[in-house]
Amino acid sequence: MATHLSATETRPRHKRVLPGLSLSLGTSLLFISLILLLPMSGLVMQSVDMGWERYWQVISDERVVASYKVTLWAALIASVFNGFFGLLLAWVLVRYDFPGRRILDALVDLPFALPTAVAGITLATLYAQNGWYGEILESLGLKVAYTPWGIVLAMAFTSIPFVVRTVQPVLEELSPEEEEAGMTLGASDWSVFRRVIFPALWPALMTGIALSFTRSLGEFGAVIFIAGNMPYVSEITSLMIFVSLQEFDFPAASAIASVVLMASLVLLFAINIWQARYLRRLHGRS
Amino acid sequence: MKSKQRFLKSIIGTLLLSGAVQASAADQTILNTSYDIARELFATYNPTFEKHWLEKTGKTIEIKQSHAGSSKQANAIMNGLSADVVTFNQVTDVQVLHDKGKMIPADWKNEFPNASSPYYSTIAFLVRKGNPKNIKSWGDLAGNDVALVFPNPKTSGNGRYTFLAAYGYAQNTFGKDNEAKVDDFLGTFLKNVSVFDTGGRGATTTFVERGIGDVLITFESEVNNIRNQYGADKYEVVVPKTSILAEFPVAVVEKNAKKNGTEEVSREYLSYLYSEESQRLLAGFNYRVHNDVVKKEFADKFPEVNLLTVENIAGGWPQATKELFANGGKLDQLQRR
Repeated sequence: MATHLSATETRPRHKRVLPGLSLSLGTSLLFISLILLLPMSGLVMQSVDMGWERYWQVISDERVVASYKVTLWAALIASVFNGFFGLLLAWVLVRYDFPGRRILDALVDLPFALPTAVAGITLATLYAQNGWYGEILESLGLKVAYTPWGIVLAMAFTSIPFVVRTVQPVLEELSPEEEEAGMTLGASDWSVFRRVIFPALWPALMTGIALSFTRSLGEFGAVIFIAGNMPYVSEITSLMIFVSLQEFDFPAASAIASVVLMASLVLLFAINIWQARYLRRLHGRS
Repeated sequence: MKSKQRFLKSIIGTLLLSGAVQASAADQTILNTSYDIARELFATYNPTFEKHWLEKTGKTIEIKQSHAGSSKQANAIMNGLSADVVTFNQVTDVQVLHDKGKMIPADWKNEFPNASSPYYSTIAFLVRKGNPKNIKSWGDLAGNDVALVFPNPKTSGNGRYTFLAAYGYAQNTFGKDNEAKVDDFLGTFLKNVSVFDTGGRGATTTFVERGIGDVLITFESEVNNIRNQYGADKYEVVVPKTSILAEFPVAVVEKNAKKNGTEEVSREYLSYLYSEESQRLLAGFNYRVHNDVVKKEFADKFPEVNLLTVENIAGGWPQATKELFANGGKLDQLQRR
């Protein structure tokens, strides 16, 4: 009882520790404008003086379109793969206790901490035909490095933390009572997973997959070292931007970049709207 | 509380002091902005120049180095990197400093001898031990079973030289008017590429460390350096009879040098590259040089090559950029499926 009381006493007296809404919101908006909106509008401005015709010509160039396809497919496969594997990893981290769990938990963030170029070079070393994994895969007739599969690999590697870190907290919140209730009613493990666990996880998992997907769309550093960068086969859209920059063609670079930006924005908004709707349906209107 | 304040003060004091010491270490500082693979070269050249400058003027100079792809460097300078001199591997990347940046005069090529290019190189091949695919010339590279590694001409000056050299060879062999034959050769040549790295060092890594490809095509200097570094018993150098003159242009970035008050030392920094001592140093790094004495000393190291110029092959860099490498140019057409 006594401990309970002291806990309520130490709770802050006001809800707002930070200065009032207007100042906090104002500061936040200012910084969002400075670090997010301003650079983005700068990007758009650079492509403005090229005119619609030229803009369309740049973004619909045969080779650039081929790069969209490669990037989209690779990002899709990578994020679906991450969906499965990331869920599994989160599950293991939350539900089991084993020696080294904390280390594994910390390791999940490694792709974020590592410069992506380092990740790319390391992956290329391992998966090249004379690398540790590459040699084994080669004997099975599989080529990963310097093929589109290398792109998938690099994208999956750099974006897997998104899935793990969005699913993990939801899994932790999931009460075991619901599962136990299901089991006492005679449900099999699989149907408990399908009917109890999965519906609660689904929105978080989808968000994780979508974030992983958008991240993969823009990944550059890790990919170019392992992709092989063959025209029409393994060139990603970011490389097309890089090529335009090398040619000092800034408007073209911004034009292609704006396509990636729009794709990412549309995806993010879509996933947000979908998630809001889903949660409303799940929990009723609040 | 007091001790905390004192601690902070002492930290700030140390920082200020170290800053002051650093600033006064040399009378002047200049920044040399250069291409990716010249790091070791200028790390060796800079101390000899610092010594030379001290002897000549009694002043000390500190030279800072910055290395990346030379197009990237040109971009950085136009975006405000305060480089005093540029030492690039591409004429176009210096030219853009005039065309778009308005930072150097139009006649920068006349500033120093040999079109402001104190050293030069050409494009050569590195093959694996015993030359299993028997590669002797450009013609052998369009064979059926040859895998090539060289950087992407779209992102690398190194790659542009390679493409131009192959183009020049094809023109010489099939005749300039026989465009179909020339394009045919170039098409096969491009199809044989295994990996398109974005820069020269990347291509080297792909060939040497990853074991990909039968031939690495890159600067002669790089080819020799790799062979020395990774073992003469593992690789062989092939210098084709016909190749391209690859200039390594230098320029004082006038606008920055004027602002930094470093015009005099910057000019001397570049012109000293033409001295016999420096030319010997450059030849030691496997670059070809103009000094006759040094040329004789290193004669057996640099086999004679019929060097085509970019002017011969494509009518100069501006035209080459427009007709070959720009969007929809020859390179794009040949790579189109």
